[in-house]
Amino acid sequence: MNSTQATVSSILTYSIVDGPGNRFVIFLQGCNFDCACCHNPDTIGEYNPMARQYSVAEILELLREHLPFLSGVTVSGGEPTKQLKFVIELFGAIKVDKELADLSCFIDSNGYLGESGWESVLPVTDGVMLDIKSFDDSAHRELTTKGNLKSLQSARILQAAGKLYELRFLLVPDKTDSDAELDGLIEFVGTLGLDTRIKLNAFQHHGVRAEALEWEKMSEEGVDRAAERLRAAGIENVITPVLYL
Amino acid sequence: MKDTVNKLRAIANDATLSPAQKAHYLSLEAENMLAYPVLDAETQEALDQRVICDMYEGHAPYKPRYVLPDYSIVLKNGSEYLELPVPETLDEAINTLMIVYHHVPSVTGMPVFIGHLDDLLLPFCDGVSDEDLYTKIKLFWRYLDRTLPDAFMHANIGPTDNRVARTILRVDAELKQIAPNLTFLYDAQISGDEILAIASNNIVECSKPHIANHPVHAAAFDERGYGIVSCYNVLPIAGGASTLPRVNLKEIALRSSDEKNFFADVLPRYLELAFRLAQVRVDYLFDESNFFHSFLVEEGWIERDRFTVMFGVFAMAEAVNELQDKEGREGRYGFDEEANALGHRISKVLAEVVEKRTLNNVWRGHAMLHSQAGLSDDVETTPGVRIPYGTEPDPVTHVQALAPHHEYYPSGISEILTVDESIKNNPEAMLQLCKGALDCGFREFTVNVASNDLVRVTGYMIRLSDIKKFNEQQGSRTNTTVLGAEAADVTGILDRKPRVVGNELYPGYSQ
Repeated sequence: MNSTQATVSSILTYSIVDGPGNRFVIFLQGCNFDCACCHNPDTIGEYNPMARQYSVAEILELLREHLPFLSGVTVSGGEPTKQLKFVIELFGAIKVDKELADLSCFIDSNGYLGESGWESVLPVTDGVMLDIKSFDDSAHRELTTKGNLKSLQSARILQAAGKLYELRFLLVPDKTDSDAELDGLIEFVGTLGLDTRIKLNAFQHHGVRAEALEWEKMSEEGVDRAAERLRAAGIENVITPVLYL
Repeated sequence: MKDTVNKLRAIANDATLSPAQKAHYLSLEAENMLAYPVLDAETQEALDQRVICDMYEGHAPYKPRYVLPDYSIVLKNGSEYLELPVPETLDEAINTLMIVYHHVPSVTGMPVFIGHLDDLLLPFCDGVSDEDLYTKIKLFWRYLDRTLPDAFMHANIGPTDNRVARTILRVDAELKQIAPNLTFLYDAQISGDEILAIASNNIVECSKPHIANHPVHAAAFDERGYGIVSCYNVLPIAGGASTLPRVNLKEIALRSSDEKNFFADVLPRYLELAFRLAQVRVDYLFDESNFFHSFLVEEGWIERDRFTVMFGVFAMAEAVNELQDKEGREGRYGFDEEANALGHRISKVLAEVVEKRTLNNVWRGHAMLHSQAGLSDDVETTPGVRIPYGTEPDPVTHVQALAPHHEYYPSGISEILTVDESIKNNPEAMLQLCKGALDCGFREFTVNVASNDLVRVTGYMIRLSDIKKFNEQQGSRTNTTVLGAEAADVTGILDRKPRVVGNELYPGYSQ
């Protein structure tokens, strides 16, 4: 079964921003959203000249090579759950491998996956970082081309399973940093639990496509204001970026 | 002579130096008005061309470069010469150390090693409350930084997890001082993850401590042990290093017609000249300077036969790239497997030669190979075996490229990994990187976190805000800021992403 392949846009053996510790990150090619604000737009389409096929066995080999440096593996993208079979087999293989079993297995997802999908992958997954792009369905559609119902439902499923490591929210000036959006976030987190780890990301220009370059960058002050609003509402664990590019 | 007098005058009237700093530079100039110990013509020529280098240690070696007293002796016996009774309480023990540090010489005039502080102080801590211990260590730490303001001064803790070590880590993260420099000796079998995690968090906080690979170091020394001093120099306790000659591998490669000529003729020739330089300087120290007629020896803090010679090399990256060019190969050092393998081969040859060449009045009869981290006026050469500034790959690739060198450098080798400040949200990553590096055979794990004000310049710390002040002609309380400021001007340290520069020692005054 280790011959299952995935289309991989790129691989990092060092990442300190994709989950706890130093992580081996596999960026899988292809996404079911098409966000103008995506900082990695080359990974959206099905085709990318830089992408190549990796089998589960090949990834396991790479993990062994870098094992002493790794806290775990994160599949990101694109949208990694689009290649769910590969993710399930990779994580499953790690869990039963004597040498690799201590590596934690994380997914960085936009949440566009149904309940049965999650049920199939969660048993071999340690945590999920889930992005919610907007709490307003039509705004979400405008930003991503899809509605937000599935993503919100995913957050509830992951929370119930104890696998929601972090809920991420991208602050874009005049688009997702309004009081109404933040209150939507606060209300939603209230239903998940106020101890949910919330990561506020700041929209920056690095990597984004031309259309989004016209949008204003999110300032540190703006992020701090949003974080304060969340904390004042009782959300305990709000993480803000250290770096603003 | 007129130039010399003008230079002395410039030092005396310098607006940015303190009187003590002036006295230090004036003394260096005075020493260098003496004739150099006699060298044969070939060695002299290589030195003049700076293919080999004496680190500007001075014309009259009247003290060893690094001295590592066995401080447990003075805590056990007191000192007759210094009229110090045997300490009985923690206050008395700390006070004794505070006094004796001022009697420990080194190339900088300040002690480069202040002891395995937890081993030294733990026996005095019974009945001392945590709060009292914290207060005493904090005052001690403040004293060290203010009275011995030199970041080459180095404290060691570990490998056990104990309350003195924990308190020192707590105080160090809180005060974020330049001095003392700090190394935690880590042994996976002894230390445990908890204190390593605390140390990792400290690195995130203030880029200190270094983490030393204790089992690897311990195996290179005897039962009396070793200390990590100055910047990443690993030397025998109750001894030290008499001198540190170094060879510029880039210059040697430039003088070679090809790889074969480099290994067969040019490298061996210059290594031999560097050994001769070392022997001449050691002979002066042992036979003429009267250094060992000292209470340090009489009272047993140091022993005459425990001083090694550190045999330094630098500019490995440039040497390898030069040889690659000469062989018509494109791969660059740090990135290409073939180029990296050539570097590893050079290190292996160096280690073999150093092991074989006997020297008199040197611990174990031969020098110890050292990856030398540079001087503040080095230009277009990379410290030790490091990858050139600003081009370093990510920390994992970086470690993997350089790890095979580490087994060959028992008296110290260091790479400075740069990690961006996102790690402040993820300190677990620092712990993992550290474990990975040590697991790969790194002797020393050292990291700069990109945004910290406290930043490592090769092995010592400076404050960026101090450099800014210094350059605005306000002077600096700490000697190493002067180094950092010169390094900033000469090598563009502040322009570099990693904020790391290749200077270990400031050789003298320059305007």
